[in-house]
Amino acid sequence: MKHIKTLNTRNLKESMKKGGCGECQTSCQSACKTSCTVGNQSCENNN
Amino acid sequence: MIHQYKNNGYNIVLDVNSGMIHIVDELVYDIISLYESHDVDTIIEKMMDKYSIPENAGLLEDPISKELILEGIDEIRQLKEDGSLFTEDIYQNYISEFKNRETVVKALCLHIAHDCNLACKYCFAEEGEYHGRRAIMSYEVGKKALDFLIVNSGKRRNLEVDFFGGEPLMNFQVVRDLVKYGREQEKIHDKHFRFTLTTNGLLLNDDIIAFANEEMDNVVLSIDGRKEIHDHMRPSRNGKGSYDIILPKFIKLAESRNQSRYYVRGTFTRNNLDFSEDVIHLAELGFKQISMEPVVSLPEEPYAITEEDIPVICEEYDKLAEYMIQSKKEGRSFNFFHFMLDLSGGPCVAKRLSGCGTGTEYLAVTPWGDIYPCHQFVGEEEYLLGNVDDGIKRDDLVEGFKHCNVYSKDNCKDCFARYYCSGGCAANSYKFHNNINDTYDIGCELQRKRVECSIMLKAAELDGEE
Repeated sequence: MKHIKTLNTRNLKESMKKGGCGECQTSCQSACKTSCTVGNQSCENNN
Repeated sequence: MIHQYKNNGYNIVLDVNSGMIHIVDELVYDIISLYESHDVDTIIEKMMDKYSIPENAGLLEDPISKELILEGIDEIRQLKEDGSLFTEDIYQNYISEFKNRETVVKALCLHIAHDCNLACKYCFAEEGEYHGRRAIMSYEVGKKALDFLIVNSGKRRNLEVDFFGGEPLMNFQVVRDLVKYGREQEKIHDKHFRFTLTTNGLLLNDDIIAFANEEMDNVVLSIDGRKEIHDHMRPSRNGKGSYDIILPKFIKLAESRNQSRYYVRGTFTRNNLDFSEDVIHLAELGFKQISMEPVVSLPEEPYAITEEDIPVICEEYDKLAEYMIQSKKEGRSFNFFHFMLDLSGGPCVAKRLSGCGTGTEYLAVTPWGDIYPCHQFVGEEEYLLGNVDDGIKRDDLVEGFKHCNVYSKDNCKDCFARYYCSGGCAANSYKFHNNINDTYDIGCELQRKRVECSIMLKAAELDGEE
């Protein structure tokens, strides 16, 4: 496209198919403790 | 729903519900804002009007023409057809079903010591005592907590345990013994413990560093940045600063972990609204994993962040983002926790919308074995869920947390950042509104700014690769 560059992003709708396994880290377990930062957690579902 | 904004020279369009991010030129940026509410002829007319003015014409690479506008409209149409622009929120029922599932406990915050050798002025744990008494966790209580976690974790294999306080190194032998016990139990039950240690560093020594490197998946090191800032808010019990004692230890620990699997983590307050300087200070000391969070405190505290501080803080986030781009160019890149964003491998939508797990998947255990929804609720007696001997006794409270998510909060409905914060921190909501289904407005404003900066950094990364 000439006018638009799209970043390489996983479409959230697609993640409904195999999402929700719950193996990922709890956000407060990383370095939050006083906020809630979920967008930076990694997915651990390898399927 | 879309969110469009300009930052650091980038025109950014976030398609909120798909999470897709588009970097667009000036013309398409304008067309997108009109696309859903105007017909093609009106869009053409408006764009011709705007870009025929010489000062605007210079913003475009090509001279304005009907063909150019139609070309932009066509690209927008393609994205819409591909499901990456103007998408609808289709997740409400999905999340409701997801939240209704039987949950397992996957993480515990173990309050190893309700005691501390520092007297930090902003401590939500009230210098370790959490509105209660000083106490340290016994090995027996800790063991029961780990057993509780194993029994209640269902099929989940990775279990997380944070050794927290107060200051957990004041009860380090118990930490050591519990890790040993956990390692024995994980073999028996086919589980894997991921341990985290959160420490102020005063008692760190080579022996503990070696142990942490062997056993801890993550180590969180509390430091607020510049010496004067740190020492002002984090004095020891005799009133002296702690910076000079902890810094060499933190540097040593970070190096010995190859600058990974740790965070130096600070809190900024109204006393240092120029907190980008504190992050930069830590980066210049060589730390590569940095977190710096705004203090969360009621407005009567002199150091509290108030609404009027928001514009300054937002500018600081911009300043920090620009510094990070420059650092990366110079080969000195580092991670800032709140700007980290995994676009291609990040969390699924279920994770993003269902809340942090407090009160269901994530629980906190006090030194005497009481269970609370999370570390921030400890000491709030109305949120006492049970204890490690008898398990969870307040299913009614757990049920409340189970249904706490983005869709239970009115303020999240129109917020573009809801897929990044999962509805925000329930404890902060409780602190400011006395219920868990509200939002902490200052925190929300700052969260939105951080999401904007994080996305801009990704755009800059793409730019750098091209």
